[in-house]
Amino acid sequence: MGLLSKKDSRLILDPLADNNPITIQVLGICSALAITAQLKASIVMAISVIAVLGVGNVVISLMRNVIPSKIRIIVQLVVVAALVIIVDQVLKAFAYELSKELSVFIGLIITNCIIMGRFEAFALANGPWRSFLDGIGNAAGYGLILVIVGFFRELLGSGTLLGFQVLGDPIEKTGVYAIGYENNGFMLLSPMALIIVGLIIWVQRARNKALIEE
Amino acid sequence: MAKFTDKNSYTIIFSIIMVLVVGSLLAGVAQGLRSKIDLNERYEKMQNILYAMGVNGNEGDGDINFVPTDKVEEIFAMYIKKQLVIQGENVSEDPEAYLIDIKKEETKAKEEGYQRRLPLFIGEKDGKTMYIIPMRGKGLWDAIWGFLALDESLVVQGVFFDHKGETPGLGAEIKQRYFMDDFEGEAILDNDVFKGISVAKGNNDPINTKKTDNAVDALAGATITGDGVTAMIKKDVRMYLPYLRTLNK
Repeated sequence: MGLLSKKDSRLILDPLADNNPITIQVLGICSALAITAQLKASIVMAISVIAVLGVGNVVISLMRNVIPSKIRIIVQLVVVAALVIIVDQVLKAFAYELSKELSVFIGLIITNCIIMGRFEAFALANGPWRSFLDGIGNAAGYGLILVIVGFFRELLGSGTLLGFQVLGDPIEKTGVYAIGYENNGFMLLSPMALIIVGLIIWVQRARNKALIEE
Repeated sequence: MAKFTDKNSYTIIFSIIMVLVVGSLLAGVAQGLRSKIDLNERYEKMQNILYAMGVNGNEGDGDINFVPTDKVEEIFAMYIKKQLVIQGENVSEDPEAYLIDIKKEETKAKEEGYQRRLPLFIGEKDGKTMYIIPMRGKGLWDAIWGFLALDESLVVQGVFFDHKGETPGLGAEIKQRYFMDDFEGEAILDNDVFKGISVAKGNNDPINTKKTDNAVDALAGATITGDGVTAMIKKDVRMYLPYLRTLNK
């Protein structure tokens, strides 16, 4: 990271691992459970959140000295809602097929607690550049977990990855299905996402004892 | 000294300005993009109608490819021979029948004295005439809709389903090939009695070899969406029956 100072690069790298919004701060769980049944949806959601949180953090940071403290949460909500609506409209006009693909996910970004969390905890107290890095970093940390969960849920639940049948055809009984393997339908249900997130948390804390809470 | 941002008057002025700025920004964006979005939606409808009658860009298994957007108007005009509007006993031709908003028609039909307009598209592919019926119903979370293509003997030639917000991986699978393809060859009548097509669990026919059971295999974990599809086909295709029954005579 030659471009960034050591302090700045930590803003991006920390949320990827030791300060991950999902596994350490336990934020943004709701959408992580809801949309990770397919890898593609996870990837798209990750990209959308990176875009919204990056821009939103900059906007809030630029306004941080003029926002009335009494209504700051409402202001943050308005900013993220406006951004999400603009993204949605632009996609509908210029990338219609992609916007069909995303359908509800774009709207779901508004409800993502990571976004409000970073506005409140970081952008209100820091300059635009650092806020931008913090936004990108946290959204990427969130996206990383989404992609991991989406990978396992789609692979074990549907036997596909990004829609390709990587394990063979379950109806024609080819590939691993020929030796009696079956897809685990449980994987498609939200509770299994919680269990996978739990496993990730376990692995992460087992490797880095400093993360274990008292 | 208190910061100026703590004052009530400042808070009120700030919120007024914020609402004005954000409101006009969003209104401007929506207005500016409206015509483009409308055009996209119109093309999509054409693509969906063509998809139901088997005119699409599908190549391999599991593909769902529409005809290319830049050529859709041309192809639509080539395959769709007639667009009808059925209003009670009256059947008239209308080259813009595909623009009829069936959601609005459904609402208006509740008013007394309003005869609902039913659009029907007649297409021809490889010498075969198909009657394509638009449908709209309710899934688990939000609207579902689709098109059903029938031949003269009321056997399904193809379908297309779409949804607004069904669960990805579960209800949203209604727009996957393996679900939609199952409908091909199913009949909507059983000994001349209207049955529709049920999305059924446990009909012991997962590969869908029985074409006379008026049922296709359901999606695991998507019971309510599947029931919604069943209800939608029953409700909307039934309205066309009086016309469809005249085809065989």
